[in-house]
Amino acid sequence: MWPETQSAFAAAVRTSDHVKPAAVVGDAARFAVYRNNVAVSLRKALAETFPVVKALVGDEFFDAMAQVYVRGHLPQTPVLLHYGRTFADFIEGFEPASDVPYLADVARLERLWLDAYHAADAAPADISILEDVSADDLDRAVIKAHPSLSVLCSDWPVYSIWQAHQQTDAPDLSAIAFGPEAVCVVRPHLEVQVTCLPAAAAMFAESVLAEAPLGTALNGLPEGADASAVLLQFFQSGAVAGISILDH
Amino acid sequence: MADTRAMSRRIGVCFKPQHTRAVFETAPDIGFFEVHAENYMGAGGPPHAQLAALRADYPLSVHGVGLSIGGAGALDGDHLARLKAVVDRYEPVLVSEHLAWSTHAEGYLNDLLAVPYTDEVLSTVVRHIDHVQEALGRRILLENPATYIRFRESTWDEVDFIAEVQRRSGCGLLLDVNNVEVSSVNHGWDAKSYLHRFPVDAVEEVHLAGYDETADGQGRRFLIDAHSRAPAPGVLALYAGLIRRIGPVPTLLEWDTDVPDWDTLVAEASRIQDIIVAAFPGTENRHVA
Repeated sequence: MWPETQSAFAAAVRTSDHVKPAAVVGDAARFAVYRNNVAVSLRKALAETFPVVKALVGDEFFDAMAQVYVRGHLPQTPVLLHYGRTFADFIEGFEPASDVPYLADVARLERLWLDAYHAADAAPADISILEDVSADDLDRAVIKAHPSLSVLCSDWPVYSIWQAHQQTDAPDLSAIAFGPEAVCVVRPHLEVQVTCLPAAAAMFAESVLAEAPLGTALNGLPEGADASAVLLQFFQSGAVAGISILDH
Repeated sequence: MADTRAMSRRIGVCFKPQHTRAVFETAPDIGFFEVHAENYMGAGGPPHAQLAALRADYPLSVHGVGLSIGGAGALDGDHLARLKAVVDRYEPVLVSEHLAWSTHAEGYLNDLLAVPYTDEVLSTVVRHIDHVQEALGRRILLENPATYIRFRESTWDEVDFIAEVQRRSGCGLLLDVNNVEVSSVNHGWDAKSYLHRFPVDAVEEVHLAGYDETADGQGRRFLIDAHSRAPAPGVLALYAGLIRRIGPVPTLLEWDTDVPDWDTLVAEASRIQDIIVAAFPGTENRHVA
């Protein structure tokens, strides 16, 4: 029966053994074309989504790491632009990669880049929309983040590392000061913008993404932060889709 | 639905994002563009902007690779809804899918896997095509597969199986001549006889692609449907014979791996355009670029 034959086929395609299901006529080398297509095409999909991760560890290491990931994590939809959402978490627990401690966060950034690329389109709002918000409404006004916006706060200089790889696969990383960085990813129009955020701007962006009222987001800024500069920069980056005033 | 007659004497090519600039700068005389449906299932961004711009200037063909029509289980309703969204949004002239499966309990395998030709699978495939055609509100084309193995349980010949699926479901057919050559070499069939027996009245599109050539475990010549190069001379000869016999049909040059630069792709498309012109002398010989 086809359900049983199909299950045996699927299992044989996913093993690394050089076997073929009993239901199949043809030698094992012929069946291996399917096994190879599945494994290679999924590794290639990961390589396309995570080019900086690949450059950081080299082709051979990446391929071996991707092979382990693919074995345990098949795509859950035929829409491959969603593939690799758990790759960063996987890297974090992948012992052979443990001497590249920033690798998982670089993978997170590359995944966020792809999400921004495919996110819903929306016209970025101008800061003038705040003119309709009175001081009394600050605790009811909620900034609606652009659908493509995300922020990654890393213990590592993940922006600097990513940025250094945009021109070449083998940049000199020795000039990068190792310390935490926050990265903003947004696609206000057709190009994904990746920027490094100062601490205050990152906190504000995270409050917006958590749908905090504007008053709360501004009050949460660190002492001495220039609230109007943070707001202006946030709007200018295209990170805002609109604003809504909540009912009491 | 748009008229395919205008498309049938002009070669089409797959649209690749890396060719976007060349396509919009050179406005090539291409009959139509084909895209993989799954690449346009994101919410927004450049892919949709590019496809919308392309759609304004060219007829489109939407080619699904992920419905798993040959799978034993029920179709993935979410995926069918996504396909419907793409089809509704871009109103392609042609919509096609494969006689193959790609999804199983553990997930999506990202390859077009073979099905046995049995009464049981025939009923399943017909049921799935009915489901798709009902959901989309239109006829789809089913593509003949390139296969590397056969199943012991198969009781149908491939052409007879496809003809019966077509008869029962009322779907159209996408005849991939490269797949015919690949499967014929791999299974010892006669490609010409395959094409002569194929239910050509239902064929609404033809695919042409290049294969990789290797040897199987016994050292026998063995072909892989790689879409990695220009179509082989033998495949183009089969194609020339086919269109002389059945008339012009929308024809796509597929090239999905090691995709060449735009000029190389266009040069190859022009070579196929010459075959169409030679078969139908009345056809205006406008070169693609």
